[in-house]
Amino acid sequence: MKNLVILGAGTAGTMMLNKLNKELDKNEWKITIVDQHKTHYYQPGFLFIPFGIYKKHDVIKPKYDFFPAGVDVIFSPIDKILGEENKVYLEGGQVLNYDFLIIATGTQTYPSLTPGLKDKLWYKDIFDFYTIEGALALHNRLKDFEGGDLVMCIPELPYKCPVAPIEFVCLAEAYFKERGIRDKVNITYVTLMSGAFTKPIASKMLGDLLEEKNIKVVPDFYLEHVDNENKKIVSYDEQEIHFDILTIVPVNMGSEMIKRSSLGDDMNYVKTNKFTLQSDQFENIFVIGDAANLPTSKAGSVAHFAGEILMENILAAMEGRPLPAKFDGHANCYIETGYGKGALIDFNYVTEPLPGTFPLPGIGPFGLLKNTKMNHYGKVLFRWIYWHILLKGKELPIEADMSMAGKKSI
Amino acid sequence: MAEKTIAGTQVKVTEDGYLEDMTQWNEEIAREIAKEIGIELTDKHFEVINYLREKTFAKEALTIRSVGKSGIVDIKQLYALFPKGPLKFSSKIAGIPKPTSCI
Ligand SMILES: Cc1cc2nc3c(=O)[nH]c(=O)nc-3n(C[C@H](O)[C@H](O)[C@H](O)COP(=O)(O)OP(=O)(O)OC[C@H]3O[C@@H](n4cnc5c(N)ncnc54)[C@H](O)[C@@H]3O)c2cc1C
Repeated sequence: MKNLVILGAGTAGTMMLNKLNKELDKNEWKITIVDQHKTHYYQPGFLFIPFGIYKKHDVIKPKYDFFPAGVDVIFSPIDKILGEENKVYLEGGQVLNYDFLIIATGTQTYPSLTPGLKDKLWYKDIFDFYTIEGALALHNRLKDFEGGDLVMCIPELPYKCPVAPIEFVCLAEAYFKERGIRDKVNITYVTLMSGAFTKPIASKMLGDLLEEKNIKVVPDFYLEHVDNENKKIVSYDEQEIHFDILTIVPVNMGSEMIKRSSLGDDMNYVKTNKFTLQSDQFENIFVIGDAANLPTSKAGSVAHFAGEILMENILAAMEGRPLPAKFDGHANCYIETGYGKGALIDFNYVTEPLPGTFPLPGIGPFGLLKNTKMNHYGKVLFRWIYWHILLKGKELPIEADMSMAGKKSI
Repeated sequence: MAEKTIAGTQVKVTEDGYLEDMTQWNEEIAREIAKEIGIELTDKHFEVINYLREKTFAKEALTIRSVGKSGIVDIKQLYALFPKGPLKFSSKIAGIPKPTSCI
């Protein structure tokens, strides 16, 4: 018997498990998946928790619900990978041998890397919504908020779901309006980038959207520390911004396990061939999802598109054939913009987000870079698709490679 | 893309004034680009610039955080040397491509 080991049973690991389980001969391959936690979180749902749109039970399910019969499941923290010996060490000493390995350990938040962040005000006036704990604590704080300065801060790149902070301020704006206190709240969007977003056309569109909603954008702000006494965020070049509530995307980094395995860059993302999804160091290690250092967004949709490419390549590698498929960095993000509307952006390594319709040219139904009700339904529908299609590794009617059909070149 | 004469040398530059070809760079070009930005280059500036060029030659991606760990300057000092755009301005002066933040 040969061994395929998958590290991480989040979005990408679970999806690959289901895809490969269907494809591989059970007499030849034993599949093992490892994760430290038993609960699967629907992370895109965290965004809606602060506003009471989703409750905790809307975003969690047991991981076991998504594991097919006949695979080995191990719940344990992973200590390290020894690539030269084709071995994975688990915390507690268990050792797994593999013929092929898929790394899907994602990215995590590290609030302790910013001085003053995880201090007196943490989960009192300072929150993240990238963890279930943070999202729930923020919900409690927002309920009683009567007005003042709400600051959303992005301190470091890359971070998963790059549009989530923009969605957060849009939803907050609508939430305060509904509660009749919009005129008592100043919303400020603080980012180390030079605009609301990186890619120029989307940055302009999203920047205009925020301006329309009277949300102030402060670009080029690189956070150095949080001053808990005076409730201020302070940048390296000594700009200061006051907050009553600070929401932040804490510095994102890959698992410490990647560092212990010497497979990563300085942010602990696995050095990965951006076309083949193979580790730069070992031919029998493949990487998918947020764990890879690919120059595209860290998002569930990217993992989904990359999944089809990874399937073709790992099956070829298992048979000793050259790797046939090339990933193009395809990312596709719905953006909640409040009031039941949403926008959609679609891009890859080389093409920045362009206006148009998706996925059917001229028809849509989703308007690219446009703020429409249909895009909002896309986002709501996404939760159903996530639990029922994506995690189970089923096909979606969207191509893995980005298509220029339906887009306008500008 | 355009041709431009900087410090007496004909070089290719991008729309926002970054050198297209980092091998066309020399210290005089650096001084002149810096002057346009309003920075007078010291030895410390050149230490940072040479570090950026080495990393770029080695095809390693640069971030403010990684320069801060270089052992040459910390992030605060980097800001002091290149106010307002620690990576943007230092890259422009170093003759390397404009930093792309990928998200
Ligand atoms: C607020 C928010 C909103 C988002 N919105 C969207 C959206 O609208 N659209 C979209 O496409 N994406 C969105 N995303 C991003 C999406 O959730 C992630 O990109 C996706 O889950 C990545 O999948 P992954 O498998 O790479 O990582 P994860 O799903 O995070 O899984 C990683 C797994 O590895 C395990 N693990 C890590 N290290 C170890 C270790 N050392 N030992 C054992 N186990 C380990 C973890 O426990 C985890 O289960 C959002 C994310 C957030 C936080």
